[in-house]
Amino acid sequence: MTAAAMDAAGTGTNAAAVSGTHRAPRERIFWGVGIAIVIGYALIPIAWIISLSLKPADEITNGKFFPTHPTGANFTAIRHDPQFPSALRNSLGIALIATVLAVSLATFAAYAIVRLDFPGKALVLSGALAIAMFPPVAIIGPLFNMWRSFHLFDTWPGLIIPYMTFTLPMAIWTLSAFFREIPWDLDKAARVDGATPLQAFRKIIAPLAAPGMFTSAILVFIFAWNDFLFATALTSTDRARTVPAAITFFTGSSQFDFPTGQIAAASVVVTVPIVVMVLIFQRRIVAGLTSGAVKG
Amino acid sequence: MTAIPATGGVELARTGETKPEATPRVAMTSRARSERKLGWMLCAPAVTVMLLVTAYPIGYAIWLSLQRYDLRFPNDHAFVGLRNYGAVLGNSLWWQDLTNTLVITVLSVVIELVLGFLLAFVMHRAIFGRAVVRSSVLVPYGIITVVAAFAWRFAFDPTTGFVNGLLGTNRSWFTERWSSYFVIIFTEVWKTTPFMSLLLLAGFTLVPNDAVDAARVDGAGAYQRLRYIIIPLMKPAILVALLFRTLDAFRIFDTIYVQTRGAQDTESVSIIGYQTLISRLNLGLGSAVSVLIFACVLIIAFAFVKGFGTNLAQQRGESP
Repeated sequence: MTAAAMDAAGTGTNAAAVSGTHRAPRERIFWGVGIAIVIGYALIPIAWIISLSLKPADEITNGKFFPTHPTGANFTAIRHDPQFPSALRNSLGIALIATVLAVSLATFAAYAIVRLDFPGKALVLSGALAIAMFPPVAIIGPLFNMWRSFHLFDTWPGLIIPYMTFTLPMAIWTLSAFFREIPWDLDKAARVDGATPLQAFRKIIAPLAAPGMFTSAILVFIFAWNDFLFATALTSTDRARTVPAAITFFTGSSQFDFPTGQIAAASVVVTVPIVVMVLIFQRRIVAGLTSGAVKG
Repeated sequence: MTAIPATGGVELARTGETKPEATPRVAMTSRARSERKLGWMLCAPAVTVMLLVTAYPIGYAIWLSLQRYDLRFPNDHAFVGLRNYGAVLGNSLWWQDLTNTLVITVLSVVIELVLGFLLAFVMHRAIFGRAVVRSSVLVPYGIITVVAAFAWRFAFDPTTGFVNGLLGTNRSWFTERWSSYFVIIFTEVWKTTPFMSLLLLAGFTLVPNDAVDAARVDGAGAYQRLRYIIIPLMKPAILVALLFRTLDAFRIFDTIYVQTRGAQDTESVSIIGYQTLISRLNLGLGSAVSVLIFACVLIIAFAFVKGFGTNLAQQRGESP
């Protein structure tokens, strides 16, 4: 759904809200309960992982939801963990670089698809769609073998390349949907009014295109940040291993001691920033996720 | 977790096919020619990357799947034809894993569809708090799947979890097949229902309020309005959401890996592929598994597109 469609949705439901003001209070209670359920649904696991991360070792197994004596010990432990700090660095670096590359390449392609007339346009879009459905597990074997011979195994580019590839379709579709909404004629109008091409681009087109690029950047980043399959298959040490893979390979101080508290603490560290980002940019993310679902 | 190109894609593909042919080749101006060239140039980097990292490796996977190629015995490398496929398809483990994957896929997608529909309805019709609901719904979407899988694993685990205390049972969830399934599907549903609901919400905006109100005036009950007005109008959005979620659920890997590692007969096709390729380093056999997974995805996508296509045609035929 595009930004315009979002607004349309907003006004459409405003009408419902107006007619709702003189509905029975029972209905308000109904919606109140519904909303409370949804919020609980979304946030209970977050609250649970946070509370688990704050539990001291002797409370981990007491089966209570909240810690009785909260402690930061688990966070201290992961800061000194041999893997976690580098995994965090790898995750951030790899996800950011993949995002920049994917959004740049997708911007060129989406601009061409929306603005230019050339044969093969539909093929690019449907090809991208096919790749969006592609099962990553089908290529980890070949990539594993190729990366070993190209010396890309266990390196940053070794992960950046597949992340970029698997997010390009999403970025191209999202950006095309956004670009289609841009009133490109404004550019001509500005030129007629005496703006240089560069000025027209900088002052008119770039500000209009930025929200779409930003939205697809968020979606690409979330994908790269989330991936586990490539991260476990194509890395072997802390040189390039990202957080999702590192967390699953956490070992306790002894083999009998499963590091529940540390896994929880690491989870909190990688989850909270994403949750904050998602909450700040929720409108954009919704628009991006559903772009094209209503009109292409 | 992909953006959903839907009906628009069909639209675009159609216009894309008909428009350029309208101008005869002879009359092509140099301007049109340079536009064409620029279009290709701008698309080239993205297309090249996508082809190099998907089409080439899948071709390579097909090639590898015809070899006896085990990295632990690199000298024993030979062309064996379709023997790897015979080995995989003749093994009951593959069929078991395929069944597991299909069971998990179907159950989680069906539950997600129902829940997602309810959630979308709440977001669409709520008198207040719509923004709050939409923000909280995005939280599961933003969370790393591995983290969600750990959170629920610890919650259900009899030693660390609170679920048993809440339910007043003493069950050890990960020691039996169906209770393991339950937790895996529960986690999947929790994580991906929001995505489903947002797509369906986009579909809800396609339903004009007038149509629903008119039906109400004509005496249609809530169920009838849903069955005969809302669902038919939302059909394209529902199908797109189903297609993407089905393909996504079919490649389930992270949740199972974290929660059971395939124990208690919960192994999925992605897990067996990963283990053959990466843990056991058997590239020949593992590639055969990969190619079969790829074929399954093609079959699912084809079935949906078939259903989708006839559906669109029907809709067009019905409307005068």
